Amino acid sequence: MSLKIVVLAKQVPDTRNVGKDAMKADGTINRAALPAIFNPEDLNALEQALRLKDAHPGSTVTILTMGPGRAADIIREGLFRGADNGYLLTDRAFAGADTLATSYALATAIRKIGDCDIIIGGRQAIDGDTAQVGPQVAEKLGLTQITYAEEILEVGKDKIKVKRHIDGGVETVEGPLPIVITVNGSAASCRPRNAKLVQKYKHAKTVTEKQQGNLDYTDLYDKRDYLNLAEWSVADVNGDLAQCGLSGSPTKVKAIQNIVFQAKESKTISGSDRDVEDLIVELLANHTIG
Amino acid sequence: MANYYTDIPELKFHLNNPMMKRICELKERNYRDKDEFDYAPLDFEDAVDSYDKVLEITGEITGEIIAANAEGVDEEGPHCANGRVEYASGTKQNLDAMVKAGLNGMTMPRKFGGLNFPITPYTMCAEIVAAADAGFGNIWSLQDCIETLYEFGTSDQHSRFIPRVCQGETMSMDLTEPDAGSDLQSVMLKATYSEKDGCWLLNGVKRFITNGDADIHLVLARSEEGTRDGRGLSMFIYDKNEGGVNVRRIENKLGIHGSPTCELVYKNAKAELCGDRKLGLIKYVMALMNGARLGIAAQSVGLSQAAYNEGLAYAKDRKQFGKAIIEFPAVYDMLAIMKGKLDAGRALLYQTARYVDIYKALDDIARERKLTPEERQEQKKYAKLADSFTPLAKGMNSEYANQNAYDCIQIHGGSGFMMEYACQRIYRDARITSIYEGTTQLQTVAAIRYVTNGSYIATIREYEAIPCSPEMEPLMSRLKKMADKFEASTNAVKEAQDQELLDFVARRLMEMSATIIMCHLLIQDASKSSELFSKSTHVYLNYAEAEVEKHTNFIENLDKEDLAFYKK
Repeated sequence: MSLKIVVLAKQVPDTRNVGKDAMKADGTINRAALPAIFNPEDLNALEQALRLKDAHPGSTVTILTMGPGRAADIIREGLFRGADNGYLLTDRAFAGADTLATSYALATAIRKIGDCDIIIGGRQAIDGDTAQVGPQVAEKLGLTQITYAEEILEVGKDKIKVKRHIDGGVETVEGPLPIVITVNGSAASCRPRNAKLVQKYKHAKTVTEKQQGNLDYTDLYDKRDYLNLAEWSVADVNGDLAQCGLSGSPTKVKAIQNIVFQAKESKTISGSDRDVEDLIVELLANHTIG
Repeated sequence: MANYYTDIPELKFHLNNPMMKRICELKERNYRDKDEFDYAPLDFEDAVDSYDKVLEITGEITGEIIAANAEGVDEEGPHCANGRVEYASGTKQNLDAMVKAGLNGMTMPRKFGGLNFPITPYTMCAEIVAAADAGFGNIWSLQDCIETLYEFGTSDQHSRFIPRVCQGETMSMDLTEPDAGSDLQSVMLKATYSEKDGCWLLNGVKRFITNGDADIHLVLARSEEGTRDGRGLSMFIYDKNEGGVNVRRIENKLGIHGSPTCELVYKNAKAELCGDRKLGLIKYVMALMNGARLGIAAQSVGLSQAAYNEGLAYAKDRKQFGKAIIEFPAVYDMLAIMKGKLDAGRALLYQTARYVDIYKALDDIARERKLTPEERQEQKKYAKLADSFTPLAKGMNSEYANQNAYDCIQIHGGSGFMMEYACQRIYRDARITSIYEGTTQLQTVAAIRYVTNGSYIATIREYEAIPCSPEMEPLMSRLKKMADKFEASTNAVKEAQDQELLDFVARRLMEMSATIIMCHLLIQDASKSSELFSKSTHVYLNYAEAEVEKHTNFIENLDKEDLAFYKK
């Protein structure tokens, strides 16, 4: 049984190694100081997709990403690891999207790709940490969703069995196909880039990239179609401009606070039941735990 | 995250050596594979870019997986049960990552599933891997045994075995026996041809076999009954799928714990001949050993780098008497000479690898068509250079790895003697490098004839004619004087016409030639990149000059009669 799998992947600033200059004075991210990387949990999702491809010969894995032109790197990274092709959703009209507008754009693109069996992405991106996009895509497409997946155990005809991460353990659930799955960081790490695939796909470029750069091998793109990476605009996916980008984003940022934790804010708590209880209540109240 | 390739700019520098152009041209046969294989390079720039990218993958896997597993692998080690080897769990993860990344059979032609990489970038990968886990480096690097099967096997053997290695099956070379270590002529493992089975059967015991439970073994065995010397030995291929070889035990070693060192028992193990009978030791094992020696040289450079990194980090971090210890001359002296030996040894390693690349690529072309007279000359020249440089690269780098590991612990002081720091593992792992695949003493035996026949001095004199940067000119004139002293010492020893005296001072002559050659290579490198190599070149030349002085003094003052004082 061959499967058509779409992996939702996002290029994110590497917030795991944040230095002093990671944030600008106005509280926005200083992207220049943070390298752009493949969102870590999306890599976990890609690995699950590639394992399905290994187990079900004839399956295809497609990378779908939205972002500026440089996000084509994400598609190449996917190809280097075993994905078959990819689409870059890129358009000024997509810019400034919150999770709602992002899931709208991705859902329209998935419809355009058509006949997908499994749409899989990371649980959340490290720059937003919302964990909303996957579930919203499922809702917009009217599909079942399994979140916090740790491992896809098996795929049968019209049915999938998934182990998912829950508080204090795991549970195994079944769902129908097609389905949307979001993968937890505790799932298997993604396989490394493959030496042959890197050599095969290293020249892959989008139309925009071909126009920008000095192409070393101009005739290559006619001979090897797999080196042409697809770029889709709002019009290409038949999107409604009002639901895309900033105009489609009800989320408004009121203010951004730069919080610096200081040692003087520490306090001493005794081991008494009362103090411990007070601390738990306080941590629950400020959402540090719970 | 650490990337063991991009973090070391010296590697990329060596990858961009001008000789690479010729190497790629030969290895890629003018880029003829590009229409047949989608991953073949289009031209020279594309080829080097591919090497660079694959090295980056290796560096990433090494930084993120192999380095992270190294301590666990060292503690856990492999286990032996029911005649089979079970790798440490971290080793399995490492191997799995390398296989998935397609880093096996790297030098093999594409038609077998290989990457068709030259030896030079492959050797860089071996260095990188060994810097994180020298033991794992063995398991992975033994893939280069396939070179020997490729060179001397039949096309039927090629198509049966090479694709398996490219897909990640591991190899071993089964040479040593309880009574045949350095002296491989004494190998007794018996090979008898069975008419009934239509194949050879191997019976006997091998000892100290690295990765002895490999999928595919190259075995040295005695095929000619009644013989006692090297001429009775042949090389065989044993496929684990055939059965007949069991692992009796795994050795408990000082270092490289991740690498299983096995005692093997052969009971009617079915095997097939590789190449011609009787050429096992004199031809095939020599080829195998030359490849393996380059591999150990790479492993040694990796360990030298690891020792330097640990020493440097600790010296910057550790404060005594109100400042970081790296600020004390006694400490920065140690670190500078560590870096000098590292850069010098690495320069020698990759120069050797490039020489090997050219002659091997030409050898391979010669299997397809007749070489032109110019090509034949080129082949001969580089084969000779490769043969003469290999024992220097292995001998010197393995000694330097040990010296750097020693100094690394010294920089750590008391903490270095504790088991908590990586330096103790590096120290233990480095120790074997100057022993296996031929001890330093045997490398000296291999090297000394190039001292006495004038090969090294001729190469040195050729190097003297290579223009250097103005900054390096004063060093070059000092270096020429060093060469004069080396030449005078060599001549003095030769004139004495005494074999025992020559053997006695051989190590000194070998070291002098090697240090002078390394100084030249560093001067050439520093002339191109002062930023990367200027300091090391100054430091190493100061060191080498003193070494040459020391050895020439010793030889000058040594009387033949003095040897009596040394004997028991």
